[in-house]
Amino acid sequence: MPVVAHAGRTFKRAIDDLRRGFHHRELWGHLGWQDIKQRYRRSVIGPLWITLSMAVTAAGLGLLYSQLFATPIGTFLPYLTVGFIVWNFMLGCMTEGAETFIANEGLIKHLPAPLTVYALRTVWRLTLMFAHNLLVYAVVLAIFFQDLAKDGYLLSTTNGLPQPGLDWTIVLAIPAFALIALNGTWVALLFGIISTRYRDIPQVISALTQLLFFMTPIVWPVDALTKRLSQDGGDWVKLLIELNPLYHFIEILRAPLIGSTQSWHHWAVVGGFTIIGWALALVAMRNYRSRISYWV
Amino acid sequence: MVSIEVQNASVDFPIFDAKTRSLKKAVLGKVGGKIGTEARVPIIEALHDITLSLKEGDRVALVGHNGAGKSTLLRLLSGIYEPTRGITEISGKIAPVFDLAVGMDPEISGLENIMIRGLFLGMSRKEMEARVEDISQFTELGDYLHLPLRTYSTGMRVRLALGVVTSIDPEILLLDEGIGAVDAAFMAKARDRLVDLVRRSGMLVFASHSDDLLFELCNTAIWMDEGRVKMHGSLREVLTAYKGRDPFEHMSPETLERLGETL
Repeated sequence: MPVVAHAGRTFKRAIDDLRRGFHHRELWGHLGWQDIKQRYRRSVIGPLWITLSMAVTAAGLGLLYSQLFATPIGTFLPYLTVGFIVWNFMLGCMTEGAETFIANEGLIKHLPAPLTVYALRTVWRLTLMFAHNLLVYAVVLAIFFQDLAKDGYLLSTTNGLPQPGLDWTIVLAIPAFALIALNGTWVALLFGIISTRYRDIPQVISALTQLLFFMTPIVWPVDALTKRLSQDGGDWVKLLIELNPLYHFIEILRAPLIGSTQSWHHWAVVGGFTIIGWALALVAMRNYRSRISYWV
Repeated sequence: MVSIEVQNASVDFPIFDAKTRSLKKAVLGKVGGKIGTEARVPIIEALHDITLSLKEGDRVALVGHNGAGKSTLLRLLSGIYEPTRGITEISGKIAPVFDLAVGMDPEISGLENIMIRGLFLGMSRKEMEARVEDISQFTELGDYLHLPLRTYSTGMRVRLALGVVTSIDPEILLLDEGIGAVDAAFMAKARDRLVDLVRRSGMLVFASHSDDLLFELCNTAIWMDEGRVKMHGSLREVLTAYKGRDPFEHMSPETLERLGETL
């Protein structure tokens, strides 16, 4: 028999919320799908719009930027496409994650359920969108496979560093995505809790993500910038890129998918963020979990 | 053993967007909880120092004027609100039916809403699929179940919500007012089912202003006033004190017997 005793803020109860939340797999799975179906209800091609709009963006930006930076389209277009797909997932975790509890106000106030369910609903919905976007990756890969499989291909023609090309390490994309989704969950919980209390936070986040998008190497390749600038003492540029956590998150998933240079230090940074982030989210859950239904 | 224990529980709502100054002076007369003025953020003391002990077989009516804290108490008992101070301990499977518009998606079909409700109440998808037939028969909604919920009338939504909660064998049923929107024939049917549920193993807490519904469903009552329990006793005692007259006075002996009320 379920017993719910409400007394005190303990880590045990925060972890219990997480455990029960994960356990309600059918619930958040269903809600996440529902969100997708809902958004495209009565449209003819339905959720394929996700795929289609990504395809249009990737093709358009790929053509534009490869001309601007004078980069080879065969390798640059896949680079941009994958970067964009991963970015969209992370952007969703931050912006929609911040709105997680606010958007579920009605449910939170009317049905008793672990808070984790709502965070997982958000992350699952974004995962489904990510899966739809992977179709674009599949098409791009099919078209440009020759260029990407070549050992020593270049992302930027001038000053570019040779990339190792696609090989078996593509399977690393699976743990990479799992790790990013795991981070997305703490982001949704932590940002969600803070945003429910302080309603300015979602605005701050959406203002900053705009800037972050251009700061992160998505539409421009890293080597083009660093190599040119390092000739006249541009180490600070390298530092600026490295200090951006999203760069590491993008890199662990993008590198195996397009066969560019992989580095263990990206995994280390992401691992560190996973631990710190979850610790913060647990503290927030311990202290404010029971306040959410009062705040929404 | 199904039970709810509440000890010295208080529920204080912070009002973040209210301008402190304008609310500081606010003194509300008969309507609404007390508004605390000490804190930087104004606080509504929706429930104050509640101590309750409900056990298996209890069918409790919640009465009190608007803003007395009935709905907040129901949410405290369901575990949605954890008390700001004090302790609540709930043992049993909870099924709440509160605001009918919320927690249901108007754009998706009745069937899908049944599924989501059921999953929220701790059922698995398989278990719910097995119950759909039963719910469809009980609610008499038939083919309507395949239409989006927005095409439903209020009464039909009540039928759906009651159909779900009564089909999943809950142990603690919490009903807020609003379920009065169904017609008499369905109410009689729902009553039988609810009473039967409570008899089997369970507890019912029902907030309503409709005396007729309370007579049918409840045997004890709690009178809420300004966020406190003003009185807790048998339905007749509490209603008499609350209304200022005995509501059972003019009933025929047959009705009284049916309601299980002895003179």
